[in-house]
Amino acid sequence: MATQSADFQTLSRRYTADKGFRAFIQKGMSGYYKKRDLNKANFQDWQGARDLAAEIKYEAINHLDKYLLEFEAKITARGAKVFWAQNAESARDYILKVAEENNVRSIIKSKTMTSEEIHLNDALEKRGFGVFESDLGEYIVQLRKEPPFHLVFPAMHLTRGQISDLFQKELGSEPTDEPEKLTMIARAVMRRKYCEADMGISGTNFAVAETGMISITENEGNARLTTSLPKIHVALLGIEKVLPKLEDLSLFLPMLATAGAGQTMTCYNTMYAGPRQPGEPDGPEQLHIVLLDNRRTELLADAEQRDSLGCIRCGACLNVCPIFKNVGGYSYGTTYGGPIGSVITPHLRGLKNWKHLSAASSLCGACTEACPVKIDLHHHLLQNRRNGAKSSPNPLEKVSFGGFSLLMGHPALYRLASGLGRIFQPLQGLVNGTILDPLRAWTGSRKFPTLAPQSFQEQWKKDRGGKK
Amino acid sequence: MTGGRAIILGRIREALRNNPAPRPHTSHSQSEAAADHNGHAQREWLPKVGETLPERIDLFAKISEGLTTEFHRVPTMSAARDLLTKLAAESGWKKIGSHSHHDVDALLEGVELPIVRTEKGYAIDNLESCDAGITGCDVLVAQTGGIMVSVESAGGRALSVLPPHHVVIARTSQMVPDLTAAFEHVKQKYGKQFPSFLSFITGPSRTGDIERILVLGAHGPKRLTVILLDS
Repeated sequence: MATQSADFQTLSRRYTADKGFRAFIQKGMSGYYKKRDLNKANFQDWQGARDLAAEIKYEAINHLDKYLLEFEAKITARGAKVFWAQNAESARDYILKVAEENNVRSIIKSKTMTSEEIHLNDALEKRGFGVFESDLGEYIVQLRKEPPFHLVFPAMHLTRGQISDLFQKELGSEPTDEPEKLTMIARAVMRRKYCEADMGISGTNFAVAETGMISITENEGNARLTTSLPKIHVALLGIEKVLPKLEDLSLFLPMLATAGAGQTMTCYNTMYAGPRQPGEPDGPEQLHIVLLDNRRTELLADAEQRDSLGCIRCGACLNVCPIFKNVGGYSYGTTYGGPIGSVITPHLRGLKNWKHLSAASSLCGACTEACPVKIDLHHHLLQNRRNGAKSSPNPLEKVSFGGFSLLMGHPALYRLASGLGRIFQPLQGLVNGTILDPLRAWTGSRKFPTLAPQSFQEQWKKDRGGKK
Repeated sequence: MTGGRAIILGRIREALRNNPAPRPHTSHSQSEAAADHNGHAQREWLPKVGETLPERIDLFAKISEGLTTEFHRVPTMSAARDLLTKLAAESGWKKIGSHSHHDVDALLEGVELPIVRTEKGYAIDNLESCDAGITGCDVLVAQTGGIMVSVESAGGRALSVLPPHHVVIARTSQMVPDLTAAFEHVKQKYGKQFPSFLSFITGPSRTGDIERILVLGAHGPKRLTVILLDS
């Protein structure tokens, strides 16, 4: 068994056994559900908006070369540099090079999952750069040396007490149980960092081909400061994030806010068309766009699952997923958790080690229903199961299903087997769930249904359904 | 350092060649809509906005309340000045940030406080220590309670986010129904010479990162005041 799969089992067992933790996550989500539903109801037709969003993404993803080239030409004409990075290493190397050539010392970052994907912080720190995550949740998990727990809510797994302890230990602050005070402590620390940093690194929510802009969505204002004060701005951009037209944002910005955080609009939605232009009073002298493939083109080549490149990373599928809510964000061991992560990770990091993720689903379809761009998530999980079984068949599974079809296809054998089952089930009961139990894989965590003392056929033979 | 431009483009084209993806399942027949949609299709689905200006102003005011944006409607510039003087006194402002802008200049007439002006460049620490940033805006968006600012209308990128209180002056003629109209306005106003920065500000800075509890003033302004002047 691959270690990733074993780790998933160990961690998910640990998290699901922790009832307090599960209740804490559920409580955190409950406010989101209410606000999300209120905002959805405010749309004239949320389903219509989803349809249109899916159509726009379909157009963009299926003409990706055209829109990327248009975006590149437009933003380059405004003085930005676009670097096409095939993989994580090439993206990291480019950013290191920019930092070194410009004698950067201190780097401020706003929230970007793409930088988690390419493990950028480690690379920068190893080279001696000070790197500070400015988003409150990201800053908290950075101080704890943890990855983000959730795409949108990175520190949702921590209580205010834990955060207060962390700030006392790392920042020497006074203990407090008020989220407001804790936020102000981080605000004060970060204020200095913005003013001192020579490089700001951000992610990108959308790129607009028509006008050559990148759009960044946030609530705290940290991304705006990160992209205003330092002299260099580096924006990471997955190749799939391009939209054809500027007006497309008037659909995607409110949908991202509604699906992601239950808001009408997030606090700041900012469009950048290049670095500071002549005559402008502030803003970075340089804007570098790092356009990242990192196997997204593998996903693009899979026509069946291509729509998953339309993901806007709102996290809505995580928030409704019965698996995510119980196993939490860390069990997955992936950059992108929850249903969307389980769909795309096997493509981005290899089916062999990550195919187990598609089993972490009840196939209930809540994710597909929640997705604002209508990615067919639960069917993709099913397809990943099929692909996994095809690429590395499990001999035991093959034998079991062979046996099953033999039994089901031959009534005499079926009767024999159920008869034997009735004889042996009481014996199995003696060792149920223990190491001696041949059915342990199943009975270790579930009850095996008791076989009826008489089969339906036997009963029918005896009294013809009560007519006799 | 050379990037993988040709390789990535090659991989994209290879992935898409003769390999069509199934169209999304949609309940509405919009299959042609996206291919050459005029950018207005979304108006059918997005939250409704009233037809008249008073309805739009009411909607903006209502959403502002939910966002804790402090919204004031004033009949004249002199009433706007009185309001600003009151705000300054109540909050104990010692220094403010501002920029060259027709309405902002008029609003600040007679203000005795030291003013850091951003249009010609500024020292970051000097702006950071201001108690408020006073700016204009491009448009107000009724549908979302949003304020669209740009380099030109808000004195650069930082003035509207670095000081802890952002005060915006706008006229009723700047009220547009929705985001689509805001983008149309931007295209008309700037043609192809867009400013490098455009932002929709929707309420004061906020976070819910600690136990999903709302806290205002995460990194940007804790307070956002909109003064709407009858045109």
